[in-house]
Amino acid sequence: MKEYLTLADIQHDLRAGITTCEELVGHYLARIESNRHLNAFVEVYADEALSRAREVDARIHEDRAGRLAGMVLGVKDVLCHAGHGVQAGSHILDGYNSPFTATAVQRVLDEDAIVIGRQNCDEFAMGSSNESSYFGPVRNAADPDRVPGGSSGGSAAAVQAGLCHASLGSDTGGSVRQPAAFCNVVGLKPSYGRISRWGLLAYASSFDCVGPITKSVEDAALLLEVMAGPDEYDSTVSTREVPAYSQQLEWKGTARIGYLREAIESEAVEPAIRERTSMLLDQLREQGHVVEPIEMPLLHYYLPTYYILTTAEASSNLSRFDGVRYGHRSTEAKDLESLYKKSRTEGFGDEVRRRILLGTFVLSANYYDAYYTKAQRVRKLIKEETERLLTQYDFLVSPVTPTTAFRLGEKMDDPLQMYLADIFTVQANVVGAPAISVPNGTDAAGLPIGFQLMSRPFAEEHLLAFSNYLMDLINAAENA
Amino acid sequence: MKIDRETLQKIAHLARLEVKPEEEEALLASMENVLTWMEQLNELDTQGVEPLTHVTGEVNNWREDSGLNRLTREQALANAPSQDGTYIKVPKVIE
Repeated sequence: MKEYLTLADIQHDLRAGITTCEELVGHYLARIESNRHLNAFVEVYADEALSRAREVDARIHEDRAGRLAGMVLGVKDVLCHAGHGVQAGSHILDGYNSPFTATAVQRVLDEDAIVIGRQNCDEFAMGSSNESSYFGPVRNAADPDRVPGGSSGGSAAAVQAGLCHASLGSDTGGSVRQPAAFCNVVGLKPSYGRISRWGLLAYASSFDCVGPITKSVEDAALLLEVMAGPDEYDSTVSTREVPAYSQQLEWKGTARIGYLREAIESEAVEPAIRERTSMLLDQLREQGHVVEPIEMPLLHYYLPTYYILTTAEASSNLSRFDGVRYGHRSTEAKDLESLYKKSRTEGFGDEVRRRILLGTFVLSANYYDAYYTKAQRVRKLIKEETERLLTQYDFLVSPVTPTTAFRLGEKMDDPLQMYLADIFTVQANVVGAPAISVPNGTDAAGLPIGFQLMSRPFAEEHLLAFSNYLMDLINAAENA
Repeated sequence: MKIDRETLQKIAHLARLEVKPEEEEALLASMENVLTWMEQLNELDTQGVEPLTHVTGEVNNWREDSGLNRLTREQALANAPSQDGTYIKVPKVIE
């Protein structure tokens, strides 16, 4: 089967009768089967996807198919889908069958997307390597000894390896962009509140965003357009009108681009990444864009702020997993309190337990002001610093990650080392801005490198148009 | 931040989690490490800075407050580890 970069190409061939949805699903099912070692999917809905494919084929034939007809999607194991399991890569949700469907998933289904399965991820989306999953690690298709990134590791690896056309992931501190960078695909984190969080298993509610992982900016724009917008089931979703992102992908004019000086000078960033980033910045200058170094004096404080607030929110959100109404219940419990404690202790993995304990600590009466309130104040300062920069520049850019995909097991013993993998990505979540990761070549070993762009909140149309233009520029340079 | 075993057990109780005595040392070490790293924020003067509680500036986009029953009893009970068709069952609370 031909490798399709965009849904538009697929739809062209569907209309021309060159392929069918059934054939596409069959192709992906075979790819999933021959790539079992990647461990990208937790569950595959083979029969259901095939029968839905036949339905969509019929609608295409009758010329009444939805906008996502031909789109075969994988969904990260954090989004509810009625009648299907969802367990956030955790033992604690063993056997859980969702009675309702997440708004993001419902909207893609309404446009005739086909969901082929749910994808492996770090437990409760907490991790940067997909090694904390109860279902075991996911492997990077570029090198199976290396991680795909996380927490949407299965979602990124699945698109990378051609196991589905696109994926829906979630991004709390980089969980869509960092694996996208490690796996040579496009990952978009929209503005906070752009897509409803209804039906997204919560990690840190003031940071969590649903985001697409695709092979093209065009498809990311289309998926965002379909999923975004008001939803009466989420009071934090924005009521702003949703632009037709997919129709505004042509960039015109010059952009003002600020890049983080550290990103191309710091020893902490791998030389190949610094080099690819500088090369791209030079290209942008040659194209007439304004490219200037910027200072972010608070950079050093982004990650600690992020971890205080997200562990706090997680400790609160994850209190609902108590072994009473759903999920794993310990058989060792003697009374209600031990039922809670034993079910939770058996059900959660090490990293989740550590973050719940840290979050409980920073929210406890004696330390609330010193940690939690302090971090909320610093979050305000970071937002102000970022907003100031975004009035001077259209886009703030950096590499997505300081390193390329690391080896399995390399960072599991040291949580702080793992946390640092998100150094460039957390800012967008802390301030609620949209950001995207686009593939920017590879290092000498063939490991993918990502380039990140961030724009003002709710300026996705500019971010996507410029990213689309940028990918053309990168590809032209590659092929020159 | 140094935390002792007693504090760790108190926090674990608040979080309804168990920490076995043989796990305490490693967990304390990693938590202290992270907390010390978090304390870097104390280098910043935040006097007079309002804590940020809403990211977008849009607060509470509520729907009409009307009754809405999204789940039937059967659906709500379907995932319960133990239930009797009407209620979810838990170990005896009051002797």
